[in-house]
Order: sequence, then C-alpha cells, then structure tokens
Amino acid sequence: MSDTILLNGNQIQLTIERLSREVIESINFQNTVIIGVQPRGVLLAEKVHQKILELTGNDIPFGKIDTTFHRDDFRRGKSLNAKVTEIDFHIEEKNVLLIDDVLYTGRTIRAAMDALLSFGRPLKIELLVLIDRRFNRELPIQPDFVGDVVDTIEKVDVEVQWAMNDNETNKVVFIKENN
Amino acid sequence: MSQLSSKHVIGIEHLTVDDIQLILQTATQFKAIINRPIKKVPTLRDITIANLFFENSTRTRISFELAQKRLSADIINFSSSSSSVKKGETLLDTVNNILSMKVDMIVMRHASPGAAHYLSERIDAHIVNAGDGTHEHPTQALLDAYSMQEKMGDLKGKKIAIIGDIMHSRVALSNIFCLKKLGADVTLCGPSTLIPKHIEKLGVHISHNIDETLQWCDVANVLRIQLERQNTKYFPSLREYALYFGVNKQRLEKLKREIVIMHPGPINRGVEITSDVADSVHSIILDQVENGVAVRMAVMYLLVNKQQD
Repeated sequence: MSDTILLNGNQIQLTIERLSREVIESINFQNTVIIGVQPRGVLLAEKVHQKILELTGNDIPFGKIDTTFHRDDFRRGKSLNAKVTEIDFHIEEKNVLLIDDVLYTGRTIRAAMDALLSFGRPLKIELLVLIDRRFNRELPIQPDFVGDVVDTIEKVDVEVQWAMNDNETNKVVFIKENN
Repeated sequence: MSQLSSKHVIGIEHLTVDDIQLILQTATQFKAIINRPIKKVPTLRDITIANLFFENSTRTRISFELAQKRLSADIINFSSSSSSVKKGETLLDTVNNILSMKVDMIVMRHASPGAAHYLSERIDAHIVNAGDGTHEHPTQALLDAYSMQEKMGDLKGKKIAIIGDIMHSRVALSNIFCLKKLGADVTLCGPSTLIPKHIEKLGVHISHNIDETLQWCDVANVLRIQLERQNTKYFPSLREYALYFGVNKQRLEKLKREIVIMHPGPINRGVEITSDVADSVHSIILDQVENGVAVRMAVMYLLVNKQQD
C-alpha cells in the first residue's frame, strides 16, 4: 500500500479559503444554509462555515445530514452505521449549500438530496466538494464549487484525511489498494 | 461493531452486548426520524415483512406495523383468529406457505415458548420474536433499556426493580438478560408464588417486600398480573395483591428520592399500579411506547443490513 500526497495541509488551507471566497461571491446570505454530508463532509463544511464567518461576519445556519437510510447500496456490500442528522432550521425555500469532501460516483449526493427533501422543498441545492473525481460518475451530478479535480483509475482511493489533533496535518492522499 | 451477530432476534439471551449497544445507538437515529415532519425513510422499500400474531396484541402489533411503514417495507398482517390455523394447519406449514410468496422477514408472536426458535431452525427468512409464551419478548426489553438510558444515561451499576408476576412474564426474562448484559443491578419483587424457583441463578436479587425494594431502586418496572396465563390461584385476591404489592402514591411518598416508573402495558389500573402513579410525571410509560417504534425500526433495519456469510 503506497500513499501519494495530493494536497498537503497548506494547500488544503488555501483551497478552503478560495472556495469560501467563491461562495461569498455567489450567494445571498439572507437565504442560504450550509449542510455537511456525514461523516467527513461535515468536517469540511465546518471549516468553510468558519472561514465565511471570519471573512464576512455572517453566521450562516449550519447543519449535518446522514445519508445511511436513503442509500441505494444498502445490502449491496458494506454495512452501514447511521450518524446524526442535525438540521435545526427550516430549509423550505432556502438555498442549500451541500458540502462533501470527495465527489466520486455521485450516489452519496443523490442520497443526501433525497434525505434533504424529507425536511422540505429547498429553493435550490448547490454542491461544494474539495475533490472531484470526475471520470468515475455513475449519476448525472456535477459540483458547483470544486477544490481540485482528480482523474484516477477506479482501483485507487482518494481520501481526505482530516487532522484530529495538533500533531497531525490535513492532507488529501491517493491510496492504492493491494489487489 | 456495525452489524448484528445473528440473522434473527429470538431472545436477548443470544444477543451480544455489542448487538444490544448497536441496536440502542441505531434507535437514536430512528427516534429523530419519527419526530420529523416527514416520518419516513425509504430504506426497506424492497423488503416484505409478515406479521404473524397467533396471540392477541395491541401495542406490539401496532408498534411493529408503524415501524415497518416508517421504513417503507411492504407488510402483510395475519392473526390466527381469522386464518386456516383454525382448520388445523401446523405452524411450519402456515409459515412456509407465506414464505413461498417471497417474504423476507417474519415478526411472530406465539403462545408457545420456543416457537420463534423452532421456526428459525427451519426457514430462511429473518425472524423477530414478538413474544413467545412465557419465554422472551426481546424488543420490549430493548425498548425498556433504551427508555431507561434516555432517562438516566449508562445503565452500569443502576438499580432496577422488576415488580409483579415474574413467573408468567416474558418481559421479565428478557429484561433480566438485557439489564444484566448492560451491567445493571436487578431485583425481582413479588409474592413467592409468582417468582420462579432458581431464578437467582441469573444473577438477580429476590425480594418479597415492596417497600424495601422501592427504597432501593432507581427504576421500578411494574409488570402486569397475567390472569390469562394463571390456571391456579397464586394469591388470594386482586385486592390483596394490590394491598401488598401494588405500587401506589402512598408508597412512593415514603421514599427519600424520586424513582422512575415503567410498565410494559396493558395496565391493570388499581391492581399492580394505581392511576395516580401511572399518570404521574415520574412515569415514562408513554415514552416507552414511543421508543418502541424507534427500537423496532432499528432491529429490522439491522437484520436486513446483516450480511449473508
């Protein structure tokens, strides 16, 4: 197993800042909410939410959504553990900025949109991802805000590894699976 | 620890501690779902579940049925009073006929202890025991444990009293297994005629004094006197039972601290528990009912999620 670093901590920092500025440029603060996709999209969403707060002083409503019960690969391989869904505001007629770390087949985002719709009818859903693996899509889903684009063969895993303590740094890595 | 160790839920006795914890954790997510404006998820939309109730039930049957509907499963309901069981068909024949119509899961209540286990050895579908005679009622014990945890956190070292007709109660047996596995301290309290011999081998204390037991416990789970299963007289009269073992306001007012009151229903008001206690703020009887739906959703979800070996 060999890991190749695609983005290091500094690069991720810069990318998050750029993404946040792009979001600030295009959104209407009065009517926007941020929702992170469990589990790892939430970590990115927290950082983007924090950055927008620092840059503009706007504390956008922030929530988390878990896709487990809406997935289409239920019973087709891995077993699924549900995480918390936390949306303490109305999404009816709001612009929802959905955030995940890696966009791959698109199935997680489809499930997230399905889960989201059981909370109401948003005006619009936009998608922000740190990494877009653009040649592996299985559904017609495209991101609106992209940190970086990666073209890989299917055997390679792209993973965003968030630092859990001060001794670690954030990084995006390729993981080649031993087959 | 992301899937159950068994493809059936026949009894708590055969679940591991990890299984129980996984069910309780998953139930928390389902409780959030059933409190949303849209109380439904599409997870089990291609699953068909048969509810076979060979014995009467209101709460459990409705609770299972709602849980299945909230998970988008297709369901068929069966009760023995309106079926070919009356014509003499055996249990295995009835179930095999239903399964040949492509049913994935059976939820069964039956008057014979071991009925669910008997089926699990002979058929392929998932089986959930919704009560088998005086043996086990696993989902009731799980929802009781969930309700206690919700009220007071980790059950390790907590003092739980199970009061009343232990002998005829499948709820008592499942509760004992479940609470012991979660590390609680359990006392059974009732007239000696209604406490089975040798039950202390399960690691529980026995008491015949209701006032001492109430003084000791954090939670009192009061059970129904099961008159329908009692073919001899176990105590002289209901009035005498209520006098010596009924949980009432006077008894609770004598305690130094407040305790949580539970009852699996249906309640014989004025016998094992009085109305002023059952309807008081310390009673979580209706929370138990609400949590029942979430816990049953978790059990059925996790069974379907279980990988085939």
